[in-house]
Amino acid sequence: MKQLVQATIAIMIACFLLFFAVRSLEAVGSNGSSDTLTIYNWGEYIDPDLIAQFEEQTGIHVIYETFDSNEAMYTKVQQGGSSYDIAVPSEYMIETMIEDDMLVELDHSLLPNAKNIDPYFLDLPFDPDNKFSMPYFWGTVGVVFNPTMVPEDLTFESWEDLWDERLKSKVFLVDGSREVIGMGLNSLGYSLNLKDDEALREATDKLKRLTPNVKAIIGDEITPLMINNEAAVALTWSGQAADMMWENEDLDFAVPTEGSNLWFDNMVIPKTSDNIEGAHAFINFMLDAEVAAANADYVGYSTPNAAAMELLDEEVVTDERFYPDEDLREHLEVYENLGLEWLGKYNEYFLEFKMSLN
Amino acid sequence: MFNKSTKGALTPYFIFIALFVIAPIALIIYYSMLDLHGNFTLANYKNFFTSTYLSMTLTSFWYAFLITFFTLLIAYPTAYLLTKTKHKHLWLMLIIIPSWINLLLKTYAFIGIFGLYGPLNAVIEVFGFDPQQILFTDFSFIFVSVYIFIPFMIIPIFNSLDKLNPSFIYAARDLGASAWTTFRRVVFPLTIDGVKSGIQVTFIPALSLFMITRLIAGNQVITLGTAIEQQFLVSQNWGMGSTIAVFLILFMVVIMLFTGQKKKGGRA
Amino acid sequence: MNKLSAVSKAYLILVFTVLYAPIFYLIFYSFNSGGSMNSFESFTLEHYQAVFDDTRLIVILLNTVLVALLSGLIATIIGTLGAIGIVSIKNKKMRSTLLSLNNVLIVSPDVVIGASFLILFTIIGIKLGFASVLVSHVAFSVPIVVLMVLPKLLEMNASLIDAARDLGATKRDVLTRVILPYIAPGIFAGFFMAITYSLDDFAVTFFVTGNGFSTLSVEIYSMARAGISLTINAISGLVFLVTVLIVIGYYFVVNRGKRTEAGR
Repeated sequence: MKQLVQATIAIMIACFLLFFAVRSLEAVGSNGSSDTLTIYNWGEYIDPDLIAQFEEQTGIHVIYETFDSNEAMYTKVQQGGSSYDIAVPSEYMIETMIEDDMLVELDHSLLPNAKNIDPYFLDLPFDPDNKFSMPYFWGTVGVVFNPTMVPEDLTFESWEDLWDERLKSKVFLVDGSREVIGMGLNSLGYSLNLKDDEALREATDKLKRLTPNVKAIIGDEITPLMINNEAAVALTWSGQAADMMWENEDLDFAVPTEGSNLWFDNMVIPKTSDNIEGAHAFINFMLDAEVAAANADYVGYSTPNAAAMELLDEEVVTDERFYPDEDLREHLEVYENLGLEWLGKYNEYFLEFKMSLN
Repeated sequence: MFNKSTKGALTPYFIFIALFVIAPIALIIYYSMLDLHGNFTLANYKNFFTSTYLSMTLTSFWYAFLITFFTLLIAYPTAYLLTKTKHKHLWLMLIIIPSWINLLLKTYAFIGIFGLYGPLNAVIEVFGFDPQQILFTDFSFIFVSVYIFIPFMIIPIFNSLDKLNPSFIYAARDLGASAWTTFRRVVFPLTIDGVKSGIQVTFIPALSLFMITRLIAGNQVITLGTAIEQQFLVSQNWGMGSTIAVFLILFMVVIMLFTGQKKKGGRA
Repeated sequence: MNKLSAVSKAYLILVFTVLYAPIFYLIFYSFNSGGSMNSFESFTLEHYQAVFDDTRLIVILLNTVLVALLSGLIATIIGTLGAIGIVSIKNKKMRSTLLSLNNVLIVSPDVVIGASFLILFTIIGIKLGFASVLVSHVAFSVPIVVLMVLPKLLEMNASLIDAARDLGATKRDVLTRVILPYIAPGIFAGFFMAITYSLDDFAVTFFVTGNGFSTLSVEIYSMARAGISLTINAISGLVFLVTVLIVIGYYFVVNRGKRTEAGR
């Protein structure tokens, strides 16, 4: 009994100490300002120095929270309970959030730096006239491959190369139904937004023929695995590909010409915001050429900011694998919001494909 | 054996059960009867009885069984030997501490360790074999799962072994029982409650494992847990996800009935 | 004290090696100047420097430990009382129903728990943050405490309590002098398991947190897309080291105390 009492007291003392340590550290961090801004973003998706710079410029205290998937972020914002002032969802999720009336309309007069954005990335179908969102980063879906590990004649200019017999058990696929089923559809020459059972069946059957080549279907772990040469080929997003190529110089990236996905992560202001003015200030800050350039440099993803591109290394922004020119962009499609019913079907087909692996 | 007044102890526990168990269950059952548009339906339940979900259920049970079996196989001797060490409580703590380091980080470490160019394959090569594909196999999946559950299995077994009266063992040995017979007829039956408790905290969560199925098994293994996670977070079909969860809870109740302490009536 | 045989020793060494292998792997790479857990370039302490420079990360770490300890403590109290209550129930059906309910949270995938708690909290109107995370952690830790304490209670000898009662012990005495000391190992086991659950949990915390409150797990998972930085390895290495030192230190302090007591 004595032991139990002692332990309880020890734990309570430890808790008090921790509590006061946290309080004092937070007091140091918050520079006494009552004006706060809560940013909801992916982890490691911003240069932390920029947040400090923003705080210094505006006197607003930034609270930075992170999420690991669009859907999880959606659930949190929808349920409320926390006031997010800025979120950075992907384009299909922005469409859903607009439909569900979860976003604040942007006041463009507060965003003079929007002029820096390449017009190609503005006024897109998921958010006409950019009423609700401003581009943050963008990219494509393509094939990362290790030329030292695959036969020379495979360049992945075509999706068909993935089906090559010599790639037995050498391919990683990213764990996303839109990406994988979309790849199947693209390889057949269909649109990756198709709502057609027959075409989806055809694509799934074709994917099932890919199973001997598939080593695993995984998520973000694809990055360390490709860097370690665990597999020769991976279907993944360009942003991750850039991360991998940074670490492993052997790797190369290609976007097959039959077509692929063009994705965006945009900044939005959810209706949960209680500092809409500060949120606009932050978006405008991130659209600044120098800031966007610094951020692109830190994160390593492709920036939609034309003025920032001029500040970045020439070598980086002329790399057509990550900054494809207009010809290449023509084959790219942005995901449309399929609606839950069709999204469910894509997932069912994807599940069927996954179950055929083992 | 405990008199009525100890029932007062149940009050906070009942509040806990009502708020965090019964309310969520009600919520899950409610959602399980909704379709994508929020209309009342039983289609989700019908959907569960398709070959996809039934085979998934079988897979889940099979792997949960394997994981529990190997966990027990490794944990029992470990717990037994730990009780024989000099600083046994310290060693027990040292078994628990690794589980306080974040699981995702440890999983990444395993990805590195099991990799084609990782330390494990380096060892294999020293012995003159070719590097083996270890990741994304049943072996790696079960290995890492066992790794996760080992402390959960060791602790209850350790506790029941620890208080075991050694005179029972001496008596059995004196009466001429072999070491194996002593174990089978004396030690094991006396620690059965600990073992059951260990099996419950291993088998039940193992049914709904999800992250490892992707990270370590590369989606070659798909369990009910994976399916629920997908339905909630990818398809955003909370109805179907809840339906699978309802079935998981039903399976758990059945397991509890099987492993329930039958003798307790006699002891109480 | 029987001496362990060589085989037994080898077996234990093997188990410990495997248990600690991934942790040493993480710590090894925390000294890597390369910036990731892939190829080791050269030795550096910069990631440790980064830990101390990053106040936000330290606050998150302290909060993580705070939630783990506090939720572990509360869950242990509720769970222990619950377990004592459960064994006092004579009705078998009632007992097994309670036990099944107890296990619901263990079998439910984190996503389901997280999402339903989130709905629950928003219905009740609790502000998301420290309190909601703490309450959720208590909630999913209670069942494990019950499962850890229960076997100890069940093996308790009923005559022990009857004897105590016959000798005139009050109900309170029975609880504090007889029951609690006997089941103490189970209580400690439950507490440590509760801490394990709390420290490892990502999904539930993710859903019920908000207003700037975060734990290490949430932070680590959301980093996965752009790559987990080695600062996390460094902080884990530090946490590991401190924990081991505290445990060993505490163990020897307590043991010395015991020995002197016995000596008197």
